[in-house]
Amino acid sequence: MSSCHPVQATVAEPTAEQDTLLVALAGQPNVGKSTLFNLLTGLSQHVGNWPGKTVERKEGTFTFRGTTYRLVDLPGTYSLTANSAEEVIAREFIIRERPDVVIALVDAATLERSLYLVAELISLPAPLVVALNMMDVAEQEGVRIEPEVLQAAMGVPVVPMVATRGEGVQALLETVDRLARGEIPYNPKPPRIRADHREVLEKIEALIADFVPAPYPREWVALKLLEGDREITQMMKERMGPKRWEPVHEVLRAHDDALVAVASGRYEWIGRMVRAAVTRPRTGQIGLTERLDRWATHPLWGLIILAGMLGLVFWLTYAIGTPLQDLLDTYVVAVLADAARTALAGGPPWLAGLIADGVIGGAGSMLTFLPILVIFFAVMGALEDIGYLARAAYVMDGFMHMMGLHGKSFLPLFLGFGCNVPAVLGTRVIESRRARLLTLLLAPLVPCTARMAVIAFLASAFFGPAATLVSWGLVLLSLAVLALSGAILNRVLFHGQRAAFIMELPLYHLPNWRTIGLTVWQRSLAFVRKAGTLILAVSVVVWALSTFPGGDIEKSLLAQVGRWLEPVGRWMGLDWRLMVALLTSFIAKENSIATLGVLFGAGANGGLADILVSAFSPATALAFLVVQMLFIPCVATVGAIRQETGSWRWTLFDVGFLLVISLLGGALTYHLASLFW
Amino acid sequence: MRNYGVPFPGGSVGAMPLDALRSGEHGVVVQLAGGRRLLGRMTALGFTPGAEITVVQNFGRGPLIVRIRDTRVALGRGEARHILVRRQSE
Repeated sequence: MSSCHPVQATVAEPTAEQDTLLVALAGQPNVGKSTLFNLLTGLSQHVGNWPGKTVERKEGTFTFRGTTYRLVDLPGTYSLTANSAEEVIAREFIIRERPDVVIALVDAATLERSLYLVAELISLPAPLVVALNMMDVAEQEGVRIEPEVLQAAMGVPVVPMVATRGEGVQALLETVDRLARGEIPYNPKPPRIRADHREVLEKIEALIADFVPAPYPREWVALKLLEGDREITQMMKERMGPKRWEPVHEVLRAHDDALVAVASGRYEWIGRMVRAAVTRPRTGQIGLTERLDRWATHPLWGLIILAGMLGLVFWLTYAIGTPLQDLLDTYVVAVLADAARTALAGGPPWLAGLIADGVIGGAGSMLTFLPILVIFFAVMGALEDIGYLARAAYVMDGFMHMMGLHGKSFLPLFLGFGCNVPAVLGTRVIESRRARLLTLLLAPLVPCTARMAVIAFLASAFFGPAATLVSWGLVLLSLAVLALSGAILNRVLFHGQRAAFIMELPLYHLPNWRTIGLTVWQRSLAFVRKAGTLILAVSVVVWALSTFPGGDIEKSLLAQVGRWLEPVGRWMGLDWRLMVALLTSFIAKENSIATLGVLFGAGANGGLADILVSAFSPATALAFLVVQMLFIPCVATVGAIRQETGSWRWTLFDVGFLLVISLLGGALTYHLASLFW
Repeated sequence: MRNYGVPFPGGSVGAMPLDALRSGEHGVVVQLAGGRRLLGRMTALGFTPGAEITVVQNFGRGPLIVRIRDTRVALGRGEARHILVRRQSE
């Protein structure tokens, strides 16, 4: 043998490879998958996206008995039929990458339902270990399970555990290790299709036998065809050609109810497992979850509790986030900018400006976002981990209907009142891709605090005692536009379809701070890394436009652009200075006021408020406020949208959409208001 | 509101759509209707013919909460109409 491959025999690489084993972690949502993943990999993990998808991909390593394991966290899915990108990712990974072991995490307290994924995984060509998590919760609910019996019935190793307390982890790793080395016999007993469909399955298997591509098991492909799986159907259709596909298609069409039969077959199998292994079924007692849900999902009390929770979120943000933001601004960003100016005092003035205003200003605006982001991520993470998020979605479902969305979109959108960035990033809680896209396209229409600060200042400058009324009116307008846009976009982009509202209400449990902490850390890091580059680049460009040539904003390129845009502004009664203020608000909404201050020479000629009132009619003022309210979001939000959609087309579409809406809104307001003043 | 057409024209003897069960009532799933996508989601969450189901919350409007296969599931009224059940008295 060595004579055939003399080179490979002397290279040490193969042994190094043998020492790294690939393990995939699969499981349904809410079974404690991220807790186990974090427990095993800790800070060794890195987060990215699955190639070509916007689905989060987590991977990490751990060592056990001298062997290094690469652990890949598969997306949490209820089944493996191509209903969503997550399901396709999970099964393609197992079939194509052939992990040495797949760990299937199962919730002992909802054994019947969570074995459904196992019923699918067990038919795939990778050795499986079933980790029976939350044994403590099952015990509390009065359920007793015998893991050895389950193991014997399924023909797959079963390890009982309590991931939150680290119990059973050692035994799990040992089983994984031994299974990977072939030290445990592996004779899985997968489910069979319901008796009345066995013949059809065999018929399809025979028809497709010669055409199933390499890594796919034949029976599995036949089963997926019967289930009407879109991806597999497409694949086989292409491989077989229309002529040979025709008879398969005939059989499938005659059995279009097979999906339910296949699922029933799996539940029959599960039923046998459960009947064997569960020695004491659930007692009829009312659990904690049921008691809490009497309040949390009540049509009235549920809303009141939700309002209380949201109040808490905002209190936390303002009590902790805003002061931190100010501290960072004063003691880090301003100090650094000053230091840069001093250090570069000898050089050309534009260089000092570029570094101090462009780079440090841009990076600084991102830095000051972080405290708020961290708080929002932490609170969202905690609410999700506890299990409350699903209840909030349930309570708000009716209301969100009107926008073609469902309940899960509510929380991310609501977060937008604090800051649009976490709102966009928060859309990750929505499983349906379509609903998620729609939600993040709409998020910029929620008035964030920065926008409200500008509105509050300008409204009181222009309208004095009526300012509160005007501000409230603008908020309502913004929300009305959001609802209307939602309905329209849903109709135009998605033909009025809405993802079905059907979701699990997980059991409540205490939050796992380690899991939440790691999530906050990774999401913040991802934001700084991905959105950061864009924010920095745009800051520098806008700084350059407002400085060159000459260093005076009034004669700058930006002012020229503003003058050039004046004809557009005229529809809304806006002059070039107001247009420039809008343009600079792209960096950060607060910039509008600073820009107006510079352009009107505030300070030397009295306060900005007085100058503005004498310079513009109420109609112009109102139009400006409306445009400001609906205008394209700040660059940080655009960066977040780009990061989350993974697509420049959707990002630019959203920017264009908001631009059109804000300009239309401004023009309409100006002309209507002009009738009265 | 959501409208998938009439899922069960004519109905089935003794069976009724899931949303007809009141809070606290039990039933057994008889039949499912809907597109492949909806069926896929329903079956993965435990809805198959023969499954026992308890309505936990049904206020006559808005979404429902049911318990099926040890799991609490929230579903819209439109979705609930796609599930045909037979009432069980206990």
